[in-house]
Amino acid sequence: MSDVIQAGAQPIRPVRSKAAIERAEAMRRAAIRRRAWQRLLPWIVIVGAFVLWEVVVRAFDIEQFVLPSPSATFASMWQWRGPLFENAMQTLMTSILGFLLAVVGGLVLGCAIGGSTLVYAALYPMLIGFNAIPKVAVVPILVIWFGIGTVPAVITAFLLSFFPIVVNVATGIATVEPELRDVMRALGAGSLDIIIKIGLPRAMPYFFASLKIAISVAFVGSILAETIAANSGIGHLMVVASSRFDVPLVFAALLVTSGLGVAMYLVAAFIEKRMTGWTVRTEPGTAAATASPG
Amino acid sequence: MPSSKPFVDIHDVSLQYGGADGTLALSELSMKVQQGEFIAVVGPSGCGKSTLMKLLSGLWPASDGTVIVDGTEVTGPVSIAGMAFQNPTLLPWRTILRNVLLPLEVVRPHRSRLRRERATYETRAKQLLALVGLAGFENRAPWQLSGGMQQRVSLCRALIHEPRLLMLDEPFGALDIFTREELWAVLQDVWLARRPTVLLVTHDLREAVYLADRVFVMSSRPGRMVHIQPIELPRPRTLETTYQPAFTSLVHGLRDRISDVRNVTQPEHAHV
Repeated sequence: MSDVIQAGAQPIRPVRSKAAIERAEAMRRAAIRRRAWQRLLPWIVIVGAFVLWEVVVRAFDIEQFVLPSPSATFASMWQWRGPLFENAMQTLMTSILGFLLAVVGGLVLGCAIGGSTLVYAALYPMLIGFNAIPKVAVVPILVIWFGIGTVPAVITAFLLSFFPIVVNVATGIATVEPELRDVMRALGAGSLDIIIKIGLPRAMPYFFASLKIAISVAFVGSILAETIAANSGIGHLMVVASSRFDVPLVFAALLVTSGLGVAMYLVAAFIEKRMTGWTVRTEPGTAAATASPG
Repeated sequence: MPSSKPFVDIHDVSLQYGGADGTLALSELSMKVQQGEFIAVVGPSGCGKSTLMKLLSGLWPASDGTVIVDGTEVTGPVSIAGMAFQNPTLLPWRTILRNVLLPLEVVRPHRSRLRRERATYETRAKQLLALVGLAGFENRAPWQLSGGMQQRVSLCRALIHEPRLLMLDEPFGALDIFTREELWAVLQDVWLARRPTVLLVTHDLREAVYLADRVFVMSSRPGRMVHIQPIELPRPRTLETTYQPAFTSLVHGLRDRISDVRNVTQPEHAHV
């Protein structure tokens, strides 16, 4: 009864009832829980996959040279940590070298193609044709030209990662608003001014998005070349290991490769976030809120 | 206000896009604009109003005839002009202040001085932002501003290098009616304070009558000037002005002119 009287005494804005406060608190806690799950889930999935793999191998008694168990794989990884590390560093070096070349070349060619319709018309068809060539087929040619070793790996990494960068930079520059271009040209800006002041900054989100792809495929390129013709590198190590039927070592190398790929992706993603913060429409500090699913 | 030498003198200009069989956008168009005058250009859609701006700014050459701005014939981009469009096209990675400063990084006498005299130029930009009611917004990002505010910034960007000719291509076309009317007053204030020669292209006849000294009516494509309507309402004009009989009859008169040109050149369309 007294509840009714109280509610009547404050007709416009009733005090938040205890139940409402509890509901809000419960929602807040649910949001925190959801965020905690978001951070944990990837690790749970990865660990779960390894556990499942181990269980399957043991349950069906699968031979080591068909599918080694994770425990055997990790044991092999520890046993061969020295060679694995050395060869991984070689692969890392060649793929980063090829990637850097691709960044420089991709930026320059991307600017040229995006900035000039003539250059675009001239080069684009050839670029697409070139990109369609399977790079596996190119490696033997590179070996004929440069011999077995580091150079073919660097070039293959470059060839694979070059294209996504060119396309993305060119797209960013070519899609500058025509009105903005008119404003700039009417002020006496040359095409170089427009590219530097507007085209390049505008292309940066595209560019950094392409870096994440490019760094991964550069890695693939290096390993590809190493499996065909090299004396070192993680690809070479895998070929040697599999020829000795040391399948656990092959799997260990695969895991190392995967780990390195993730690490490089994260580096590229981190740089992207730092450089193109303006694309995310939130104040610094509240960015985490955008990560929650709708 | 006929005087000795017009600031803008377009004489018998034709402009054809593409080759010999391309679209004829303007045909034997002539117009004279005095220094410091506020001109509005209205016409049916597709009449070549925007082409007129490209012509004046030197972005497109005339196929025939002469375009003279400030005593010299226009043959290439004229940096004495400032431009603003329906789309504010602010650069999202720059703050409001740096967006306004953009033209100074390009226009000839300023681009070399900008680094040395940064503070002076920034003060100038801040004054301009204050003039359009955006004091205190210098360090915001463009997305933090409403459409009307972004258009004010775009106006500041068009004015920062103190152009003697300001060309506005439907600058308020995408805004709601209340914001639009607000910005008419802002633009009038800016014009009264700085007195640039303004060429405003618009679809909105009330906007044209509110702002302009003279309204030019263009024919359908190929565009020509078919009527010049002097607007002799006292300034500064206010929203109140727009409800006065003199204002309304001017708008009605212009509306009839537009209906006429649409009717004459597009007989297949019913009279609106």
